[in-house]
Amino acid sequence: MAGIIGYGAYVPRNRIKVEEIAKVWGADAPSYKRGLMLQEKSVPSPDQDVITMSVEATKHALTRAQIDPAKIGAVYVGSESHPYAVKPSGTVLAEAIGATPEVHCADFEFACKAGSEAMFVCMGLVDSGSIEYGLAVGADTSQGAPSDALEYSAAAGAASFIIGRDPGVARVIDTYAYMTDTPDFWRRSYMHYPRHAGRFTGQPAYFKHITSCATGLMEKVDLTPKDFAYVVFHQPNGKFPQRVGKMLGFTKEQIEPGWLSPILGNTYSGSSPMGLTATLDVAKPGDMILMVSYGSGAGSDGFVFEVTDRIDGVRNVAPGTRELLDKKTYIEYGTYAKYRRKIRMGE
Amino acid sequence: MSTSAKYWRGIPQRYRLEAERCASCGMEFFPPRLVCSGCGARKFMPIKLNDHGKLLTYTVIRVGPSEFCEQTPYAMGIVELDGGVRMTAQIADVDFDTLEVGMPLKVEFRKIREEGQAGILCYGYKFVPE
Repeated sequence: MAGIIGYGAYVPRNRIKVEEIAKVWGADAPSYKRGLMLQEKSVPSPDQDVITMSVEATKHALTRAQIDPAKIGAVYVGSESHPYAVKPSGTVLAEAIGATPEVHCADFEFACKAGSEAMFVCMGLVDSGSIEYGLAVGADTSQGAPSDALEYSAAAGAASFIIGRDPGVARVIDTYAYMTDTPDFWRRSYMHYPRHAGRFTGQPAYFKHITSCATGLMEKVDLTPKDFAYVVFHQPNGKFPQRVGKMLGFTKEQIEPGWLSPILGNTYSGSSPMGLTATLDVAKPGDMILMVSYGSGAGSDGFVFEVTDRIDGVRNVAPGTRELLDKKTYIEYGTYAKYRRKIRMGE
Repeated sequence: MSTSAKYWRGIPQRYRLEAERCASCGMEFFPPRLVCSGCGARKFMPIKLNDHGKLLTYTVIRVGPSEFCEQTPYAMGIVELDGGVRMTAQIADVDFDTLEVGMPLKVEFRKIREEGQAGILCYGYKFVPE
């Protein structure tokens, strides 16, 4: 049976507060903070992108996995902000950790669920016996147009998982996927910023897919919300995961450890995977964890994990996700605009 | 003109800090070389450098070369890794007022430069405060 052998996260140090963005656009910061339940978000430095964050998160995952990187048979990076339009992010990652050349490599894209897709595929390859270990990464330097509601949440971060056979830190009990064609959020070719359908991104998109996926998966494994110690949902803002948790019958205490968006923002493909890393940081052996991602377009991947005894031995050998979040430097909007290349430079 | 080939040749050193140790006198070299400057031997063993070290000296670049203009101001330093090898590299994510000789640093994988708007992206090592 496949499981998570090692996990790790990475967060850039820069943060910008909701008030700082709202000040520039004359928006009402308290209503954004209350409405979206967001305080601040991470911002990548000019020398950071999906590739650099994936490498750093994977170094932490490898420290916890304690395996030879050359035994990794698949490297999959899920993102909607791959630095190249044509040239894989995964090849740089595989080379940087020493997994080349006998390795299968691909970049995934499915809005905010590309990271969980990578996990899903690695688990299938491990279960089939095709590979001994697979590396799945969800990472993004998310885009949000200036003054758009997305600008308050679009953040940067990465989560990395080494998937292999038992004994890992968390056993995969089962998986489930729920998809439909729902045009709630998209970015066309050559467009710099994504577009979204406003409130349509909620009920028929995020809420329908997550509740359907979670319900379908819990029925499949014959478990109810009470059977889980923790639950992790995709976090486009602070409010949605709390609301969908309540709809499904989960408590705030079950959501809280992996609920990072109020102080991190939405790391798109890294969102629910990073929530899972923060949850593993506090989970005890025997705990059951439900994770449900969401990617616009639209679909959800669901996973049921059972934490194993090995978690206590590897948890503290690499930085915890909230420990990474605590290391921060606040920046002003001007610096943010420069770092995110929102200023048009001379030729 | 593309520098793909030159960049590609340096990947083992830039991505993974691969170095060599002289099989005769034990002296370490980064990047690897053909002849040991300590004893003249030509036989080396591959090693991977430690990614922790301390700052030996530094400066702050305020007017950078064209490919680094967007990154100015930035700090450059000579760092001595645990093990003795010294490297010149950028020090990222640091408040210049906190730069101090002897401060502990660790390696992070970063984008070093971009080859214009359409060229390759070059990655490698930088240092950040521990």
